Amino acid sequence: MTVLLVALGAAVGAPLRYLTDQALRGRAGTFPLGTFAVNVAGSLLLGFLIGVPVPPALGALLGTGFCGALTTYSTFSLEALTLVENGERARALTYVLASLTVGLGAASLGHLAGSTL
Amino acid sequence: MIAVGGMFGALTRFGLNTAWPHPEGGFPLATWLINVSGCLVIGGISVLVPAPRRLRLFLTTGFLGGYTTFSTAMTDVVVSPTVISFAYLVATVAGALLAVWAGSSLARRVRR
Repeated sequence: MTVLLVALGAAVGAPLRYLTDQALRGRAGTFPLGTFAVNVAGSLLLGFLIGVPVPPALGALLGTGFCGALTTYSTFSLEALTLVENGERARALTYVLASLTVGLGAASLGHLAGSTL
Repeated sequence: MIAVGGMFGALTRFGLNTAWPHPEGGFPLATWLINVSGCLVIGGISVLVPAPRRLRLFLTTGFLGGYTTFSTAMTDVVVSPTVISFAYLVATVAGALLAVWAGSSLARRVRR
């Protein structure tokens, strides 16, 4: 049952990440805005789910499945590497630092909101 | 196709996390390994599989996107004790960037 919930959440999260990336492509020059947006949004939601905390089944569906597949560390790293290889070192650094600080801020905020609920 | 890849990726991550759970307040080793290995593989694929191919979309945006996770990497930092959380944050980002670079460098060597 848990396996099905994880699969179902991921089946929605992964395409949503792709669509977000397509929609935001080029909106901030070479800054990977799509991946940045899904990573921050997913961190906020997962922080909230853990803060509440939600029942295990809902955690599997929305947390492990949806948030896990919506967000990505692999594409994030590859985009940073690509920026460096294209000579955009400053932008790569900005991307990594912004993703980490805003991502952590979002996760903390979500956690705080969830636990005070 | 992305949904199917993402499902398989997420299930692999779920399986590894279940097989290798970290104790409360401990270092989230399974998630660390998942993220770093996913970065190594995406680095290789970025060199070996040309960009517009459907196979690449299935493997990178689909499978590896579902397999690796940014959200858990962030929330694990938020809920872990300070020392672990700082070590985990640094180890993940350093490991991930090193792995993606290593993956693409190795693939370039193999291709030649």
